[in-house]
Amino acid sequence: MNIEKLKEIVRTVLPSVDVVIGYKKGLDALHPVPCFVTSPDEIDALVLNPACTHNLAAYLPSLKKKTAVVVKGCESRTVVQLVQEGLIKRENVVVIGVPCQGVLSARKVLNAINHQPVVEAAFENDAVIVKTRKAETRLALNDVASDKCLTCQYPTPVLSDHLAGEQVESKVDEQAAYQDIRQFDAQSLEERRAYWLKEFDRCIRCYACRNACPMCVCRESCIAETRDPHWMSQKATLNEKMMFHMIHAIHLAGRCTECGECERACPMGIPVAKLKKKINMEMKELFGYEPGISIDDKPPMYTFKVEEEKIEEHKIR
Amino acid sequence: MKTSAYLKKGKEKDLIDALDTKARLQGHVIVPCLDGDTVTFKPAEPGCTPCFSRPAVSPPKGVIYPQSETLFSFKFKKDPEDARRTLIDLNDAIEAPDTIIFGARPCDARGIAIIDRAFSQTDTPDPYYLARREKTTIITLTCPEPSTGCFCTRVGCGPAEKSDSDVMMTEIEDGYLFEALTDKGQAILKNPVLEDGTAHEARAKEVQGAAHERMVKEVGETDTRPVDPELFHSQAFWEKAAERCLGCGACTYLCPTCYCFNITDEQVVDKGERIRSWDACMFHHFTLEASGHNPRAAKALRLKNRIGHKFVYYGEKYDGIIACSGCGRCIRGCPVSMEISSIVAALKEGTKT
Repeated sequence: MNIEKLKEIVRTVLPSVDVVIGYKKGLDALHPVPCFVTSPDEIDALVLNPACTHNLAAYLPSLKKKTAVVVKGCESRTVVQLVQEGLIKRENVVVIGVPCQGVLSARKVLNAINHQPVVEAAFENDAVIVKTRKAETRLALNDVASDKCLTCQYPTPVLSDHLAGEQVESKVDEQAAYQDIRQFDAQSLEERRAYWLKEFDRCIRCYACRNACPMCVCRESCIAETRDPHWMSQKATLNEKMMFHMIHAIHLAGRCTECGECERACPMGIPVAKLKKKINMEMKELFGYEPGISIDDKPPMYTFKVEEEKIEEHKIR
Repeated sequence: MKTSAYLKKGKEKDLIDALDTKARLQGHVIVPCLDGDTVTFKPAEPGCTPCFSRPAVSPPKGVIYPQSETLFSFKFKKDPEDARRTLIDLNDAIEAPDTIIFGARPCDARGIAIIDRAFSQTDTPDPYYLARREKTTIITLTCPEPSTGCFCTRVGCGPAEKSDSDVMMTEIEDGYLFEALTDKGQAILKNPVLEDGTAHEARAKEVQGAAHERMVKEVGETDTRPVDPELFHSQAFWEKAAERCLGCGACTYLCPTCYCFNITDEQVVDKGERIRSWDACMFHHFTLEASGHNPRAAKALRLKNRIGHKFVYYGEKYDGIIACSGCGRCIRGCPVSMEISSIVAALKEGTKT
């Protein structure tokens, strides 16, 4: 991740757009925040490191401006998917791609340092050195990377107008992309049910997962909150929580670009991205489709075939 | 009368088990527990792992003010005497079991004190809230050290603040000192698991003083300056401040002082319930009117309301009190690390964020 190269690109791009979305210093070294650059004197505040985790493409559908956006591999897929679905116009977006070796899971780092406040962090190629008031800890990036990065197939953006850095090849074999899901699926139905019930019990229905999701586009009309019709109970029961997460996951079938924002945003640490990845795996097996790879693709749920090659029960004899 | 007591380290669970057996049996001793790697307040059931080393992600306010509650349930039925008439079976019983919150932080207790005013100092005191409030005892732990995002001393609270709790529990070298602060607190101190604490009082006082000083050093003294009115009403200020906000409800639902609610009648055929559930001012629906008009359609206006409620409007109603306890949960839990403390500091200084 080359910050100098990025700043140089932003300097070139800024005059031709209304805003550039990037990252700046935030709460602490583990939490840089999205920033909206509109004038050249803001460019020097930009940062870029493995703690820059937010999917900035999530802001695109609501920004009615010509925007340049900094994206890593998975997030470039979001841009592609948004264009595919007509949610943003390609000509209104300048894509600044950043080849990525993986980003941090702040949660994993905090667990590794006993939740001590972080004073400073330094990033090396394959490690992060975290300083707290009490100690300095060196953590291998692989041990504290977001789960999504451990099976990432697209570390280099699939779409970019400018690339800030050298291309990065995926370190994970394509066959292994869904190994985590297959492993999870190897459990019995009862075990998986017990797992999800325990996890969803913590849900506070704050909808951070939904709002952070760049592909959640129902906005004010989300089924979880509409009053007319009143689809879902406002009770904070496990059933309702589970129902919401199932709806969220199903709505993303063949659309989720696996940026992991839903899971990162969850303040309660619920592994909600796992559900979406599971559905993506099924979509790939059924339709041979991966979201956000090519602008000219059509998501399978946007099309209709009387007879689907791989869905037996739809064959009418 | 005992005003202090002592518990050796390692015996925390014994005390939790021994606390008010009646309440315990009903699952109403609420303790910060590890759930995966997330700390939340939960009933102290067998198998739960209490965690006091860091603040829980969410506050214990739901114990007194649940995320959703049934105000009453109803069922329509035909009058057997007169088929043209419909009768209603109404169940509006309020459930309020004895409850102990064990291991709250001073900011959690302050949060409940802030909500108390809204539900009691009004023309229509809230029977549901007050019934549970009266039955709840709060045992608060002195915060040993600041966490990321904490700013309690800036809003008049503090890591050893005692004014909102029934018992103050302070960790000293080999154990904890318990101080009774109210009659409810006195009752807790009678528990036979606790030893006499007189010998440890001085040390606990030192620890509390040090905790307070450390927090002040880290985040500063109470900031009594009013917000700059011109900046507070500047649209541009709020648009900039809310720029990265995603509009979710994490901040409000993790907040120990947020108390806005919504009421929904949920009916299926001939029976239903009236439900009260937490609302969140950062949601679009918060002030959506029946006409379809929304006076706070933009997230900038919603953020202004959220911060205005805590730092301006609440104080106008209740003696200048700040409706924020500085716990930092909204900051730590925010997916884009929105910092209410910096926004308020900017408003007070009259500078842009």
